[in-house]
Amino acid sequence: MNAELNFVSFRLVAQAMPVDPGHHHVLQPAAPQAGNIEWLYWVVFWILFAVFALMLAGFATATAKARVISSRPLPIIEDEEGDHRARWALGSALSITVITLFVILVLSVVTGKRVEGLSSKNPVTIQITGHQWWWEVTYPNSQADQTITTANEIHVPLNTPVVVLTNSADVIHSFWAPSITGKRDLVPGYSSAFWFQVAKAGIYHGQCAEFCGLQHAHMGLSVIAETADKFQEWQQRQIKLAAEPSTSEAIRGRGVFLTHACLMCHTIRGTDAGSHLGPDLTHVASRKMIAAETLPNTAGALAGWIVDPQRIKPGTLMSPNPLAPDDLQALVVYLQSLQ
Amino acid sequence: MAVAEPIIANDQDTGESELARRLARTWRQPTGIWGWFCNTHHTDIGLRFMVTAFIFLLLGGILAAMIRLQLIRPESSLMGPDLYNQVFTMHGSTMIFLFAVPMMFQGFGVYIVPLMCGARNIAFPRLNAFSYYLYVGGALVLWGGFLTNTGPDVGWFAYVPLSGPAYSPGHRADIWSQMITFTEVSALGVAICLATTILRHRAPGMTLNRMPILLWEKLVISMAVIFAMPAVMVASGLLLLDRLVGTHFFNPAEGGDVLLYQHLFWFFGHPEVYIIFLPGAAIVSTLVECFSRRRIFGYTPIVVAVVATGFIGFSVWVHHMFAVGLPQLSESFFTAASLMIVIPTGTQFFCWVVTIWNGRLQLRLPMLWCFGFIFVFLIGGLSGVMLASVPVDLQVHDTYFVVAHFHYVLIGGALFPMFAGIYFWFPKMTGRMADPTLGTWHFWLFFIGFNLTFFTLHFLGLRGMPRRVYTYSPDMHWHWLNVLASSGVVFMTAGLLVFLANVIWSRRVGEIAGNNPWGDAGLEWAMSSPPPPYNFLHIPTVSGRDPLWEDPPDQPVVVGLRDDIRETLVTQSLDADPQHKDEDPGPSIWPFLTALTVSAAFVGSIFTPWAVPIGAPPVIVTLIGWLWPRGQSPTPRPGGEAWVR
Repeated sequence: MNAELNFVSFRLVAQAMPVDPGHHHVLQPAAPQAGNIEWLYWVVFWILFAVFALMLAGFATATAKARVISSRPLPIIEDEEGDHRARWALGSALSITVITLFVILVLSVVTGKRVEGLSSKNPVTIQITGHQWWWEVTYPNSQADQTITTANEIHVPLNTPVVVLTNSADVIHSFWAPSITGKRDLVPGYSSAFWFQVAKAGIYHGQCAEFCGLQHAHMGLSVIAETADKFQEWQQRQIKLAAEPSTSEAIRGRGVFLTHACLMCHTIRGTDAGSHLGPDLTHVASRKMIAAETLPNTAGALAGWIVDPQRIKPGTLMSPNPLAPDDLQALVVYLQSLQ
Repeated sequence: MAVAEPIIANDQDTGESELARRLARTWRQPTGIWGWFCNTHHTDIGLRFMVTAFIFLLLGGILAAMIRLQLIRPESSLMGPDLYNQVFTMHGSTMIFLFAVPMMFQGFGVYIVPLMCGARNIAFPRLNAFSYYLYVGGALVLWGGFLTNTGPDVGWFAYVPLSGPAYSPGHRADIWSQMITFTEVSALGVAICLATTILRHRAPGMTLNRMPILLWEKLVISMAVIFAMPAVMVASGLLLLDRLVGTHFFNPAEGGDVLLYQHLFWFFGHPEVYIIFLPGAAIVSTLVECFSRRRIFGYTPIVVAVVATGFIGFSVWVHHMFAVGLPQLSESFFTAASLMIVIPTGTQFFCWVVTIWNGRLQLRLPMLWCFGFIFVFLIGGLSGVMLASVPVDLQVHDTYFVVAHFHYVLIGGALFPMFAGIYFWFPKMTGRMADPTLGTWHFWLFFIGFNLTFFTLHFLGLRGMPRRVYTYSPDMHWHWLNVLASSGVVFMTAGLLVFLANVIWSRRVGEIAGNNPWGDAGLEWAMSSPPPPYNFLHIPTVSGRDPLWEDPPDQPVVVGLRDDIRETLVTQSLDADPQHKDEDPGPSIWPFLTALTVSAAFVGSIFTPWAVPIGAPPVIVTLIGWLWPRGQSPTPRPGGEAWVR
């Protein structure tokens, strides 16, 4: 049974939502932050390319001019006058170097300011906490019951500044969605903040960029940029408590959840499960992927993941759950009802 | 202040062969297995450093090939994350701590520096031998751990808290931090030996401003080692204490600081890059001069550049930490410092161009490798300029773009000059020339393979592939670039095999080299190849920067050193005027025994703090043995030679 399920889930990996190549690329920005950096990248690139070409030309010309073919050591030559002339060349080359470096420094600092300086008002604030190996995402609100907690999926409204507060629950992670902005480390003991603003609707992929242990490779996230209306709608759905199960199978599934190991780590708001070691599952069915963007959120993948997560993500902190087939079936039905 | 009768006299031909015979007897190193462990001559120890480091280059290369094989396709099941994390940690640690520094700094330095100085042996030869055994000890600990499934798996940088007691149970991280202790003590020991040799054992007349560039660079690096290594030893030492006795230096839950570790590590880590690169640059300066058949252009600017690199190298470490979110102003300071290092590096490149331009270039095998260095390092250096810029760095930091960058810098800055240096000094080391045809094959195979693998990685980084992932999803579109990158391994492996064949073949049947086959200017070419155990029949004197090119045939030599004991000449630091004579301590088993007891204490402290009190007494005993006065009162020196000042 288990082996079969795992086989199913592995096949499903291949059918997972493919990342649009333009949505995970340093040089294909979807946000002004990544756009500014892309601009700087190309300016510096072409400056350096010119330097590279000039240096190579220098060596090539010198070689062509000076080359002598002989397998015996030639006598030593002296060229005081040539060296004297070359002093000027060295001096001008160094001056050009210094000026070029200064230009790059200024461009870099100015771009840095443009990327980091927050000017607009009314930002959306998100708290991202790194865990081994998933992302806890919270939309804090002064009223506790208006706070949204989800995992690995960050919904943001288009063209609205998003301030991200960072923290880590265990080791150092690094938040990185290349089409949106540069990295920010999530350092335990240090909270920091940065901001971005997405200009094009879409689903952007992100990934942990600081080595964080066994499953560093499977610590993905997605940033879903949508219109303000859709975002509001999503927010309203997420604030609600978990949907009451409506079918008998789903009711049984909730029972399975609350009488097995699940509730030791997970929260489903509106039930007795309230632990914060693992991702909040109150609206797990609304997410497109599970296990930090490792599997698509389908019945088969969910079942395979619950039964033996170690097969899919070796080292993950979730333990295997050898459930009876109909319990598992019911649990998956219940989880899929948590829209 | 009486300097006795001229210690510098004109060469006398009479009795040369008799003198050579007596010196050979006095300076003879013991033979046999026991003798092998007693040997303290710098050419032997230097070769051992090089051969051992080369073995670790091959082992680290095998790990690299495993990494490329794993990444050749998405969702590969070849290695699981546990093994993969060990493999990439071992690859980085092996290449940096067991290959690059021991080869470029210790190996070349120990072999060549005393020859270039005109000395009979390195200063503190026993400390030098001890450093070698300690390095081997560290290497055995690291690889012993790996082969028993206890290889470190926290990256070569071992960031806390991941490497701390809470997230890395077992002894993997301890093995990493003790390996650091071993290799850093070894590097410190050699740094002291080399700095002392350069400052106090130069041939009379070799004033500071006549010192070959390679000696300048070794001096600067020795100083950099002396200042940088303690930082990483503090970092790894505190980490070990956190793990062993529950101090909380780096535990944020108890008020410890995880960023402190990063500061300490990179305060060492970035100068380390220059510790690896400067020897390469110095080899290139030496070779460009030799094969352009003229004095190097811009001796003073190059020396200033080397010294400046040594200083600036200590002020750029934060560019490894741009993503932790420091204030923008302080990051800009480190951007400026990182960009500034281009100036001294550029100076050296410009001086090389001019030297070639105004010279007569003989594009022989070692010079071919220098051109390989110039091409590869140029790309690495320029992508380094991009990384100095904070915004760009925030995008490509910890991606394969950075992997590409530092392989261009490190393979360009160390491996290419290393092969240049090996082909250049191969005749000195073995007495025979390396085969140039095989060497050219080696070059092109390696050069093509290297660029195929590492140039491709830039694109993977820009497409968002992070470092240190054991696998990736097929949806990420990274597959074909990874195949391309992995294919380069075939060429590099072939190149290395050609090199090994060349070394084995040429060592036995290569063309006999003679003293100075390239017509180079350095003192290391003044004696027969390979050098006799006493190096120089007479300690030479020099009257210019390029002794073998400039010195007249009747250049005086030093006389008055005894040939029945191992007497060496000590000169003044600045002007290299003869100051007094010293006696080389000669072969001894004690450095090896001390290395054994120190290793036992280090290895024991991986497991228990009791290893310190229990391990210390044997170390003290062996140190007493090492330092025990030999009792013989030196036969009084004949009046004319009992010179002191």
